Amino acid sequence: MGFFSRLFDGMKKTKKSFSEKLKYVFTGNEIDSDFYEELEYVLISSDIGEQTTEYIIDELKDRAKEKKLKKTEDCRELLKEIMVEILSTTQPKELSYPCVIMVLGVNGVGKTTTLGKLAKKFTDEGKKVVLAAADTFRAAASDQLEVWANKSKVKIVTNEQGADSGAVVYDAIASAKAKNADIVLIDTAGRLHNKAILMEELKKINRIVSKEFGEAEYHKMIVVDGTTGQNAVNQVELFNEAVELTDITITKLDGSSKGGFLLSLAKDFDLAIRYVGVGESEKDLLDFDAKEFVDAIF
Amino acid sequence: MAMFSGLSERINHIFSKLTKRGKLTELEIKQAMREVRVALLEADVNFLVAKDFINKVSEKAVGEQILTSLTPGQQVIKIVNDELIDLMGSSNSKLEIASKPPTIIMMCGLQGAGKTTMCGKLGLMLRKQGKKPMLVAGDIYRPAAINQLKIVAGNAGVDFFEKGTISPDKIATEAIELAKKKGNDVVIIDTAGRLQINAELMDELVRIKKAVNPHEILLTVDSMTGQEAVNVAKEFDEKLDITGTILTKLDGDTRGGAALSIKAITGKPIKFSGTGEKLADIEPFYPDRMASRILGMGDVLTLIEKAQENIDQEQMKKLEENLRKNTFTFDDFLVQFEQLSKMGDLTSILSMIPGMGAKIRPEDVDESRLKAYKAIIQSMTPKERANPDLIKASHRKRIAKGSGTTIQEVNALIKQFEQTKLMMKNQNNPQLRKMFGGRKFF
Ligand SMILES: Nc1nc2c(ncn2[C@@H]2O[C@H](COP(=O)(O)OP(=O)(O)OP(=O)(O)O)[C@@H](O)[C@H]2O)c(=O)[nH]1
Ligand SMILES: [Mg+2]
Repeated sequence: MGFFSRLFDGMKKTKKSFSEKLKYVFTGNEIDSDFYEELEYVLISSDIGEQTTEYIIDELKDRAKEKKLKKTEDCRELLKEIMVEILSTTQPKELSYPCVIMVLGVNGVGKTTTLGKLAKKFTDEGKKVVLAAADTFRAAASDQLEVWANKSKVKIVTNEQGADSGAVVYDAIASAKAKNADIVLIDTAGRLHNKAILMEELKKINRIVSKEFGEAEYHKMIVVDGTTGQNAVNQVELFNEAVELTDITITKLDGSSKGGFLLSLAKDFDLAIRYVGVGESEKDLLDFDAKEFVDAIF
Repeated sequence: MAMFSGLSERINHIFSKLTKRGKLTELEIKQAMREVRVALLEADVNFLVAKDFINKVSEKAVGEQILTSLTPGQQVIKIVNDELIDLMGSSNSKLEIASKPPTIIMMCGLQGAGKTTMCGKLGLMLRKQGKKPMLVAGDIYRPAAINQLKIVAGNAGVDFFEKGTISPDKIATEAIELAKKKGNDVVIIDTAGRLQINAELMDELVRIKKAVNPHEILLTVDSMTGQEAVNVAKEFDEKLDITGTILTKLDGDTRGGAALSIKAITGKPIKFSGTGEKLADIEPFYPDRMASRILGMGDVLTLIEKAQENIDQEQMKKLEENLRKNTFTFDDFLVQFEQLSKMGDLTSILSMIPGMGAKIRPEDVDESRLKAYKAIIQSMTPKERANPDLIKASHRKRIAKGSGTTIQEVNALIKQFEQTKLMMKNQNNPQLRKMFGGRKFF
């Protein structure tokens, strides 16, 4: 099943209410201020945010005028076009191996689950994977990742709760090198982005990866909960300042939220949006695609 | 981020314009309300809830009371703020306690909201109140969820019950039987996170509810949630008739508009907030603080409370006295630094000061700079510290050398000292003055 149909499936509820709303917006009526107000409502209620919404609507107004559009329904494709344009700067490059992917983000966004799904995905693609359970903080965090490791029969490096996360990463890299593995996947503890002290741990992991595995392509991937509102932008900004992010994954898009903040992220940051989480089982991870994402919203 | 900063400034700006003109017109209120609306939306208050709110407030504002007032700006802020507080309800963090124990508390919410941790926090809080809680592992889906709760229960020093992955309503029923035997007077049931649109899993919660008839059904919501918070809360409430909500992760920098949305849609009280990863990090919900947070006006109350807890009152009194007598010295300045660092995580404290909110960056409150300042002051002679006017250019060189800093840094500190002194004199909020003497410390 392709991205579109899967995302469509996952987002059915989302889509229903969203497209229902849109039905009232895009009609045979003349374009007027009511139309733009309704549209604003729809965009903001998808967590696109006030500023980006304003930007999109201004763009739409300009282009509609230029093209001399009369009816609101004629604006539908134009709106999609604008949104795809904003998102298309985020298309990720293919991974090259060996590579290291560290997931990070605030508490409970779906880091461990995403990593579990990735372990499965890469194993299925014939890659050799090593998991590093570097969340040595949260209760039972490594047990959780171990369950995923067992599912795809992947090597996992763990340590007890409270142990040094850097040591786990170090060991995982050593093990990956010895085994000639293609990918090291690092799980980290959830942390709030405004706590500068907690960022030090991530910086330390960065140093270890660069020093011990400099030849590997290194991805620092923030995981953002699709249910989040405008705080998503703060999260990306502060994590980016601390560790220079490379990728974004958005999760829980099987819920009723639309993850509209991705548009703000695409506008403000130079990061690849790589994966989309659409459920809790190992198959519920999709590659991100700008056009299909917008199609799935509409 | 330009996008989020300056919000309170913008509101203040409009209001200050209003104040200057003296009287309010409908048009001006409309303008001000436009800013309030943007503020609410940026804080993730649901679009419709915000609209409703604005209408209600505008109605109140465009009244005689405000038109004839002397400082309309202040009154508008007050009306907006009061209305917000009113909407979010009273500070009701009481749990319903069963007349015949055990009291049964059931948790529910989306994935990753923080239910399991909150079970531990409630457990610890209740244990401290002399209760004997039992935590029940009802999340049979997420890998290692049972083990997580077990560890959390251990850390909270409360009892724990699990029955593997049999159906959660059976687990709950058995847990309560056991609790009665073992004398546990509170039973807290953890449940798996689920989407409100997943009918099957929502039914599972209904079955648990039917099986054990909880006294409290608490919806746990991540305070960073966006526009959908209304639909999530509405659905959980419709299915389960929840008794209240809990907001988590409020130690983040989210403005937390979800709180208003949820309260508006369910009408159920917000009972607690989670403010950190430690099990002790649970607080009652304070509507007044939440209101100023949503409006981006800072959390002055929390700030004051925190300061009072940590600051040596005796020393502060002396400080204030010196200030009044206009004999504020570098020694006092040093005392202030030390008091400040005692208050803990500077970033989080400073972020509570109105107007500073989004502008705080870790580098602004660079602790090493604080250390340098301390070293500089310590390199001054006692006389110089007591009488800063004595510090001439040549002395500055010596001080820089002695403290391992540069003349520029010494000059900067002296300048800040003078500014602080001035500001402290001008500050008209006595409590803030007591604590910081103005905000330009760094
Ligand atoms: N519906 C849905 N749930 C998800 C998705 N991804 C993760 N989850 C769930 O969200 C919850 C939290 O996921 P975790 O993977 O433990 O999140 P985490 O970021 O590792 O959490 P911490 O390590 O505690 O910070 C779990 O219940 C997951 O099953 C998704 O795409 N959709
Ligand atoms: Mg995790």
